[in-house]
Amino acid sequence: MTTPTDEPNPTGHTPGPTVKEPPAKAPVSKDDDRWNAAFRSIVAGNAAVAFFSVLLAVLVGSLLIMFTDDRVRETFGYVTARPGDFFSASWDAIWGAYTALFRGAVFNPGREGGPALDFATQIRPLTETLKFAGPLIAAGLGVGLAFRAALFNIGGRGQMLLAGAASGWVAYQFELPWPIHLTLAIVAGMLAAALWGGLVGFLKARTGAHEVILTIMLNYVAYYLVFFALSEQSLLQAPNTVNPKSLPAHESATLPKLLGDRFNLHLGFLLALVAVAVVWWILNRSSLGFRIRAVGANPAAARSSGIDVGRTYTVVMMISGALVGLAGVNQVLGTVTSGVTTDLDAGIGFDAITVALLGRSKPIGIMFAGLLFGAFKAGGFAMQASENIPVDIVLVVQSLIVLFIAAPALVRAIFRLPAREAA
Amino acid sequence: MSHAATPATTPPPPEQEIVLREVHVVDRKAAVIFSVLTVGLAITLLFGAQDGDTSFRLAAPDDFVQLPTVTVPSTVTAWVLILVCALCAGLSGWWVTQKRNTPMWLVVVFAVAWMTAFLTWAAAGGSIPVVGLLGGALALAVPLVFGALGGVLGERSGVVNIAIDGQLLFGAFAAAMLGSLTGSTWVGLIAAMAAGLLVAAVLGLFAINYLVDQVIVGVVLNVLIIGITSFMFSQVLAPNAATLNDPPRFARLPIPLLGDIPLIGPIFFRQTPVVYLLYVTVALVTWALWRTRWGLRVRAVGEHPKAADTVGIKVNRTRYRTVLLAGAIVGMGGAFYTLVSVPQFNREMTGGAGYIALAAVIFGKWDPIRATLAALLFGFASNLQGVLSVIGSPVPSQFMLMLPYVVTVFAVAGLVGRSRAPAADGVPYSVDGH
Repeated sequence: MTTPTDEPNPTGHTPGPTVKEPPAKAPVSKDDDRWNAAFRSIVAGNAAVAFFSVLLAVLVGSLLIMFTDDRVRETFGYVTARPGDFFSASWDAIWGAYTALFRGAVFNPGREGGPALDFATQIRPLTETLKFAGPLIAAGLGVGLAFRAALFNIGGRGQMLLAGAASGWVAYQFELPWPIHLTLAIVAGMLAAALWGGLVGFLKARTGAHEVILTIMLNYVAYYLVFFALSEQSLLQAPNTVNPKSLPAHESATLPKLLGDRFNLHLGFLLALVAVAVVWWILNRSSLGFRIRAVGANPAAARSSGIDVGRTYTVVMMISGALVGLAGVNQVLGTVTSGVTTDLDAGIGFDAITVALLGRSKPIGIMFAGLLFGAFKAGGFAMQASENIPVDIVLVVQSLIVLFIAAPALVRAIFRLPAREAA
Repeated sequence: MSHAATPATTPPPPEQEIVLREVHVVDRKAAVIFSVLTVGLAITLLFGAQDGDTSFRLAAPDDFVQLPTVTVPSTVTAWVLILVCALCAGLSGWWVTQKRNTPMWLVVVFAVAWMTAFLTWAAAGGSIPVVGLLGGALALAVPLVFGALGGVLGERSGVVNIAIDGQLLFGAFAAAMLGSLTGSTWVGLIAAMAAGLLVAAVLGLFAINYLVDQVIVGVVLNVLIIGITSFMFSQVLAPNAATLNDPPRFARLPIPLLGDIPLIGPIFFRQTPVVYLLYVTVALVTWALWRTRWGLRVRAVGEHPKAADTVGIKVNRTRYRTVLLAGAIVGMGGAFYTLVSVPQFNREMTGGAGYIALAAVIFGKWDPIRATLAALLFGFASNLQGVLSVIGSPVPSQFMLMLPYVVTVFAVAGLVGRSRAPAADGVPYSVDGH
């Protein structure tokens, strides 16, 4: 399996001449090279391909919205007689949808003729976007890190569920002062997910079983395990209820709101940003990161140069699981604190794959991809509420973006972009 | 080897005796697994003893020849059957010391005895509809078998198809929509095949032409299909349910004579035409893959594309055709959801069955017959859970539901048998040597 990482140069150096230059000139040329690399990467078209992929996906989404709109179909019946009606109806449907998306995801200026909104209300959608982006970034980092070692972690759902269950249990079971309780709950969740993920790496290392099958299967196993625990009074189920749901988390274990009680944005988003920095450091500055990238590039070569490939698999899957687990913790202790349920993952485990692919498995890229998909999520719900367009359109647009980005040659052919020069 | 030709002229020294060393590859796994399962069940019986009788209903209500209902005392019967299991384990273990492998029939005897013992214990005080249990298992397995066959074909040609789930879902969607519009089940079935083919074409475009990682394309396609079908469902199908989401159903079509055989008839030959189509498809795919020139080419392309290319087989064209055919087959499985089981499309109605089919492909070692059997096993496990929850079993339903997935983990982790994918599975082929 090839990994979706095509970074020409991890450090920004060009191979060859820079290395041989005297050290005195190094800082300058390093900077120059960095600018050159940035410029080249834009011209060579990674960013351009990303941009046009998004554009293409949005176009396809527009077509879907257009042809399922009642008025558009009505006017299509007499399109030859009065084409103007058809086009204005189409425009209204698409414009309505995307402005609703924007109002829900970034800034809500208020309806025309409606009551004037204060700035806090107007900016509220942006904080919702950040709230949704938090777990997406964390889980995306987990999937992306595994990608760097040429491992495909589809087990996000199971890892999130176990993390949520473990963290939720600590959050309602114990009575501890605030920072300690919260820390303990976070660590418990991440640890549970790390073990669940590490199991995959371990099995792959020991038996050669394919991690895709293992993670898919363990998703179901984790789901039924958590479901079972949630329907047993002696385990996780809240006392005297019949619903598969646990007790709510204690106040002392919840992630505090960042901007006061008017906004839902909580500390989870900042934790995700910290995770971005940590993963960046692991990948680019630590020897573990070097091993991960070496194993990802060529396991046989890594083995013959003395890297324990099996152990790297296990360690990568543990860290990957812990990061995905952070997303689960984020949900249980921040977004929905009313108790653990079997749908606490909210599809994030799978969304994380698309986030990691869009971010090209690089921490910074994943951060921006997570923000974009967080905006889609926040806006999608608003779109569904105000324009009656099912939120599923967001899934279509997201998956198309990833599909197009994965096939740059197709996007270049459609938009007649210049081919990328060999790096 | 320059001296390779010389020994032919020099006769071997007559006094040298040729000793043939016998090499026995003995598989201990069967004995180990038999023992573990037997001990596990025995412990369950010791600590969870249930009193009462268990009845096995062997006849369907409208059988020509009515088989009697067999009623046995649960505890005694279960222990006798466990004894049989223990004997099987002992025999297998003894054969290991004799350097003999466990034959298939012993595995079958063990499996039947173990399962019957478990059922006798679990259903103590109630009765088990044997026909319903096995017939229902077959019905539940239909989409899985179609999916697994499509998966086997694709992977044999070197294209990993994770998008089986998407193909099933899109097939179900198209069957519901066109079946409702035309009022014909057969049009619905053809629409489902076309839908599966369409998904396969997209998979082929990205995986074969644009050399995108096949696993990624598959996963993303699944998400895309979920998005599209859910979107269309809420926007178009749900508001116009009467015209667009009310497909006709395939009626049961008992086969004369065959359907009258006791026990076997009601299970296998009183099913819908889709199930009969399944028998035909399994037979055709197996025959075509192993016995025809086309099958040889498909396997060659999946094992060693460069060699196939060298002898003039068009690698990517062969892969395209195989993937498209596989898509159509999987699509038929999708039709089962809306034209047989529930006459209505619903969002995400496959519930991840495509991933189970994928597991069946690997469990079945990329062989159509074995993959079919694996899919049937998964169908049996999920139907068993349903039947047991009706008669009230002591095992929590979540663990029964978990069983197929745990079995698959064990299977791929190599405890049951190491499975080997076609050599070039998942590797895109391009002439300039990627």
